[in-house]
Amino acid sequence: MRHTISVLVENKFGVLARVAGLFSARGYNIASLAVSETLTPDISYMTIVVEAKDERVLEQIKKQLNKLIDVISVTDFTKKEHLDRELVLVKVRYGAKEKTKLESIAKKFSATVVKCKADCLIIQAVGDQLQIKGLLEALGHYTIQELIRTGRIALTY
Amino acid sequence: MLMTGSEILLECLRREGVEVIFGYPGGQILPTFDKIYDMEMRFILTRHEQAAAHAADGYARATGKTGVCLSTSGPGATNLVTGIANAFMDSIPMVAISGQVKTTLIGNDAFQEADVTGITRPITKHNYLVKDVKDLAQTVREAFYIASTGRPGPVLIDFPSDVQNARTEFVWPEKVSLRSYKPTMFGHPGQIKKAVRMICSAERPVIYAGGGVILSNASDELRQLAETIKAPVTMTLMGLGAFPITHPFCLGMLGMHGTAYANHAIMESDLIIAVGARFDDRVTGKLDAFAPHARIIHIDIDPSSISKNVGVDIPIVGDVKNVLGQLLEEFKKTPDTAEWLKAVEALKKKFPLKYTDKAKLSPQYILQQIDEATGGNAIICTEVGQHQMWSAQWFKFSHPRSFLTSGGLGTMGFGFPASMGAKVGCPDKTVFNIAGDGSIQMNIQELATCVCNKIPVKVAILNNGFLGMVRQWQELFYKHRYSHTTLYNPDFVKLAESYGAAGLRVTRKEDVRPAIDKAIKTDNVVFMDFHIEPEENVFPMVPAGEALNRMIEGLA
Repeated sequence: MRHTISVLVENKFGVLARVAGLFSARGYNIASLAVSETLTPDISYMTIVVEAKDERVLEQIKKQLNKLIDVISVTDFTKKEHLDRELVLVKVRYGAKEKTKLESIAKKFSATVVKCKADCLIIQAVGDQLQIKGLLEALGHYTIQELIRTGRIALTY
Repeated sequence: MLMTGSEILLECLRREGVEVIFGYPGGQILPTFDKIYDMEMRFILTRHEQAAAHAADGYARATGKTGVCLSTSGPGATNLVTGIANAFMDSIPMVAISGQVKTTLIGNDAFQEADVTGITRPITKHNYLVKDVKDLAQTVREAFYIASTGRPGPVLIDFPSDVQNARTEFVWPEKVSLRSYKPTMFGHPGQIKKAVRMICSAERPVIYAGGGVILSNASDELRQLAETIKAPVTMTLMGLGAFPITHPFCLGMLGMHGTAYANHAIMESDLIIAVGARFDDRVTGKLDAFAPHARIIHIDIDPSSISKNVGVDIPIVGDVKNVLGQLLEEFKKTPDTAEWLKAVEALKKKFPLKYTDKAKLSPQYILQQIDEATGGNAIICTEVGQHQMWSAQWFKFSHPRSFLTSGGLGTMGFGFPASMGAKVGCPDKTVFNIAGDGSIQMNIQELATCVCNKIPVKVAILNNGFLGMVRQWQELFYKHRYSHTTLYNPDFVKLAESYGAAGLRVTRKEDVRPAIDKAIKTDNVVFMDFHIEPEENVFPMVPAGEALNRMIEGLA
């Protein structure tokens, strides 16, 4: 099962390597990772989506993260009320008559067509896992040329 | 007053109370060695950086203080790596300092450059690359703080040569406070109460004590707990010394080469109180079959050790010494374990540790003789292999910090330099290194260090002409196919003598004790070359992956 974990870390060089190294050394798989500065410039915020086969593995991941000296705090969103978002850019090639269909798909999923050329367009979508999944399934019937996603970010509320 | 980075480093070490540095010079640490030339602190030049790390480690194990080692960049630093990993696995407080190429050259594949913070990241508790001399004092202060608090461990400081030469105003940071590092020192009162209730309801409790008891200096509290709740105590390899072997409640070591009675007691127990131990695979055997009837209380300072391998009923995170103190205050009644103690006593009688004398010298006999000759007051170091397990079985350890061995990493070549570090830290103690003929050759160059610096450690080589433990596995599990485990050895006596050390060869039983007595009296490094029974095995043995009560006894 996939879990979203956020990690507040000291904004020092090598921190990302420490976190990433922890995952690789212990055989945990990172599904996505988003890193950015916070309002406090010396603290960074990492949102990690991780594959954990059971509760014990998830607990170990959290404990091991907490053990890193540069990690200030670890939050597991699994059992918390939270909002998560991901941004996706999809470049779709389209044939005759397909453009309007693509536009309506985008609209259905609250996505926008941000660039449009004669034979392809780029759709930008921001949403939670389900929204993004739904959009990508709908676009699956068309020729997706490229797809890029930011990785999940999340906030509790 | 402006000071150079090197001067600041040495001043910080002095203020941290460092008595001795083990190290080896080289190009990128030259500015610091130039300052070492004038310093009062003791510096011991080893003959290999790995030995410097192990010596700092042995010093730390024997004294409880933080050990310090120093090397140059690149190969000097990579040679420290095994020693750092070894200290990391056994949670030993150590600060390793490596020279590094100039900050302007870092990343340029400069001569003797290696990404040492990258290499050591997974084997240090924390590490630093000092890029600005202004950060140096704070970094050293933090390094010592991190190394010695919480679950101890090695911290590395990578120290570029231009930072060693750069000047700044020296400001000693009085306090260290890290917002992201605050070890939990005391157990949660609620958990303590729960644990006491569980202990009081137990009928067959066993205390399973690990290296954490020694690291936390909690031997007295451990003994009080055992005597208060009248529970037998078994120890891990790292825990030996925490509880006296001669105590009636003592079961000795458990696990793969533990005593049969300790392993049976664990399997029959209904409550395991794990104290500063981490349920290593060499201890638990087959995990699903481990202590099937037992509930588990686990006391450890490292939350990540809890429920890592074995699910725990009551976890208590905190410093072992504090938590045991908290527990002891809480008992109003204690469990009735009279029946259980009788049953355990019967196990001890039924499955004693034993060996039979063969044609050649029995290693167990030699160790018993060393134990007797030193009255249990020596510091015993070991390398890794059969001799290590025999030492764990046959010495009657009764004091903490009297058995120094590479537990987690299992590093051959650890014992000799570690014994050197231990002797430097405890000059009034007799220090023995028990070695195999394989292991001793992994850091044998330290004979020179010992002789030059007058560090008279006694090395007992249990020489069987084999890499004995690997041979034992080949005999038992690989159809006697002794693939590359027979050794061609030098004449250890002549070798010792060529370094200016003393050498003794012993081939007969009646010469064992006189040789040991002579070695103890000799004010020099002594190599004792004991020619032992070549194919003697370490028993009992739980084969890897088997349940703890499925031991091979090996004796008819």
